[in-house]
Amino acid sequence: MTLPDAESLIARLAEQIRRDAGQGVALIGIYTGGVWIAERLHQMLGLSTPVGTIDVAFYRDDYKKTGLRAGVRPSDIPFRVEDADIILVDDVLYTGRTIRAALNEIFDYGRPTSVRLAALVDRGGRQLPICPQFVAAAVEVALDQTIELQRDQSGRFSLALTTRGA
Amino acid sequence: MKIQIENATLIDPAADSERSQDLFIADGRIAAVGERPTGFKPDRMLNASGLVVSPGLVDLSARLREPGLEYKATLESEMQAAVAGGVTSLVCPPDTDPPLDEPGLVEMLKFRARSLDQARVYPLGALTQGLKGERLTEMAELHDAGCVAFSQPGASMTDNQVLMRALEYATTFGFAVWLRPQDATLSRGGVAHDGEVATRLGLAGIPVCAETVALSSILILARETGARIHLCRLSSAEGVEMVREAKRLGMAVTSDVSAHHVHLSDLDLGYFDPNCNLIPPLRSQRDREALRAGLADGTIDAICSDHAPVDDDGKQVPFAQAEPGATGLELLLPLTLKWAREARISLPAALARVTTEPLRVLGLPTLRIAAGQVADLCVFDPEAWWRVDRGALHSQGKNTPLLGMELQGRVRYTVVGGRIVFDARSGTLKGVRE
Amino acid sequence: MNADLQISAEGKLQHLLTTEGLPPQILLQILDTARSFVSVTEREVKKVPLLRGKAIFNLFFEPSTRTRTTFEIAAKRLSADVVNLNIATSSHTKGETLLDTVANLTAMHADMFIVRHSESGAAHLIARNVGPDIHVINAGDGRHAHPTQALLDMFTIRHYKGGFNNLRVAIVGDILHSRVARSEIHALTTLGVPEVRVIGPRTLLPRQVQNLGVHVYHDMEAGLKDVDVVMMLRLQHERMNGALLPSAGEFFKSYGLTPEKLMHAKPDAIVMHPGPMNRGVEIDSAVADGRQSVILPQVTFGIAVRMAVMGILAGN
Repeated sequence: MTLPDAESLIARLAEQIRRDAGQGVALIGIYTGGVWIAERLHQMLGLSTPVGTIDVAFYRDDYKKTGLRAGVRPSDIPFRVEDADIILVDDVLYTGRTIRAALNEIFDYGRPTSVRLAALVDRGGRQLPICPQFVAAAVEVALDQTIELQRDQSGRFSLALTTRGA
Repeated sequence: MKIQIENATLIDPAADSERSQDLFIADGRIAAVGERPTGFKPDRMLNASGLVVSPGLVDLSARLREPGLEYKATLESEMQAAVAGGVTSLVCPPDTDPPLDEPGLVEMLKFRARSLDQARVYPLGALTQGLKGERLTEMAELHDAGCVAFSQPGASMTDNQVLMRALEYATTFGFAVWLRPQDATLSRGGVAHDGEVATRLGLAGIPVCAETVALSSILILARETGARIHLCRLSSAEGVEMVREAKRLGMAVTSDVSAHHVHLSDLDLGYFDPNCNLIPPLRSQRDREALRAGLADGTIDAICSDHAPVDDDGKQVPFAQAEPGATGLELLLPLTLKWAREARISLPAALARVTTEPLRVLGLPTLRIAAGQVADLCVFDPEAWWRVDRGALHSQGKNTPLLGMELQGRVRYTVVGGRIVFDARSGTLKGVRE
Repeated sequence: MNADLQISAEGKLQHLLTTEGLPPQILLQILDTARSFVSVTEREVKKVPLLRGKAIFNLFFEPSTRTRTTFEIAAKRLSADVVNLNIATSSHTKGETLLDTVANLTAMHADMFIVRHSESGAAHLIARNVGPDIHVINAGDGRHAHPTQALLDMFTIRHYKGGFNNLRVAIVGDILHSRVARSEIHALTTLGVPEVRVIGPRTLLPRQVQNLGVHVYHDMEAGLKDVDVVMMLRLQHERMNGALLPSAGEFFKSYGLTPEKLMHAKPDAIVMHPGPMNRGVEIDSAVADGRQSVILPQVTFGIAVRMAVMGILAGN
């Protein structure tokens, strides 16, 4: 199957957010893909609040199984979460567990007024009651396949499909 | 009991010979070698095909832990360990609780040992009362009770005047004095050889000069007094060289090394193996090579087991808190054979270091494989591999750095005074007087 | 003896007992993870739920309020349950052996032991005798090792100097008795610091210490020349008694870090100390409180580094 073009998806997502959210909205991206998208959206929407970045490693529910992976990055939310209107940004929405972990992490910074979810791609397969307010495309792939956001040297985004074990 | 041992390889260190002949034993002695004596009807025939028969091992240091230290081991268990190791005579140091400084204690020990009827026990008497290094013991009385020599087995006495007087007194009667060269203050607080390994592991070190400073005092005082000295458990290259020099000057000095020190160095401590907590400490590889060279050229007269059984509680603690010592009676033979193989020493020459040479140090008559000689024998399979683990050891002490290792050399029978006191197939047999 | 007690067959850290023999990737993983925990300590809710439900036992056979407290804080910030045992006052003095104490605690479902003991090798002994899912962190064993201190010192160096490749580091003082010094030497050499120096009088330098990969100096001014990092060690009062040193005063004269001596190092050199400091013995107050001192940040970083160690271990 061919995956949609990531660049047009981002444009679509930016349009949805522009229509629905005010200028004071704050973006928080989840590493790595979510951060890339959040930074691009921040640029495209001309938002004043700086982008927050989170690595949900310390909030994941699979720690007991897989341990703490290498390459954890420091989370950094350079604005007051208390009373903020936040849009959480991720590249691929799947089971919803990453979002659950991200929500827990954000709430450890303070009590936001609202948190909405923006995902570039929704591949379905939810295992928790999570749904996005902004989504650019719904894509169905097999269970053994992964959709990955990639960025080339010029900063151009694309989506790649990999099959596990291939 | 009349015993015929056939198909064996007889090793006679005193004659430096190795030959394939049958052996005939009667009335506690070797009746004949080679030709069956007329009318000899054996009660027992031992097929020793593939086995070696040598004089029984003479171990210059084996702690039996009696009297007083029975929680570590008992006379019964350690005497079993001795014959299981092919040891037919052993010397036990006087550092029991109380120390062997009274004739009554020595007599009791000898009586107990004799009643077990296994290996012969030669106790060392304490050189000073309570081993405190202050007052002399009644050496003549102790000798009459059965002490073969006198010893101060711990660190060197701090009072050299007392040491000198003890040497003079011993010389009066022609008694030998056995001393461990370890300066008490230089070794104070130390638990390992003072070198790179101790530095990495953060262990307090015992420098080589703890041995050489003590050796220096002992050798000078020995020369002054004319005493016969035996130096126990050399550990360093410098120490070996000093003994070599003393022998070159014609001094009446003998020395021994522990079997573990022939093979191990401080690298074997690994990450704090408390089984490697030994006194003297395992030193560097260079020191070990010098000990092996000293054995080869006769500077070191004998290998002993330095058997010191320690209970598990004494070893299952951080290294510096562990009680020093290793079990050794059952390892003396295989470790001697291992040295012989590695150093390319002939079997008779190697076995001499655990049979005829120790007897010479003790001033006892040598043992030969010849008609008329006392039948103290060790019959062993030099090729058999066995694993050193808790189940394989008869001693109550399971503490050896070699735990888990495979060694070659297994005793099949041990004969003391013409009686089979150990049979590997059926375990130890308490001697039965006929 | 299994030197790879710390690392499993798959290359994962099972225990943290010593920095010696730890591959650089594991050291760096700890430092990198610690960076994330620093950001946690800088926000309002300083906790993460990572070790929720885990029981961490502080087994301190040698008393220490500072180190024990930092481990306790670190464990609590990971949402773990912490039990503090000062063994000097508990059953240990009644003759219970070290291993019996550990066995009893294991039966109380301990997941992790943090051990400080006055004897070298104590942490290894415990690690060798615990079940497969229990992790041991060495908080200091005799003179042998204090790996978390070395790790937080490496973190501090990387924070102020950016990396390890071009540095000269000097460790000053009682190396002979110092578990901190040994752990630091192994960490520095593993991380590729090109020149590690030890400075001290001969009586306080262990035998063949140069075999650990260090240059030995007895003259502090020569030893500090052009150095980027100065690590001062604590001199314990008891050392005056063992015929190792005549007096604290003479030690300070030759080996104490004063502003004058510090001038021999590079102008942007940082000064470190594992604490607690003996002002006027190994370090002058002017230096300890001066602009080159990073002694207080070391303490903050210590919590993050210990969180990283516990976080990585408990997941393996």
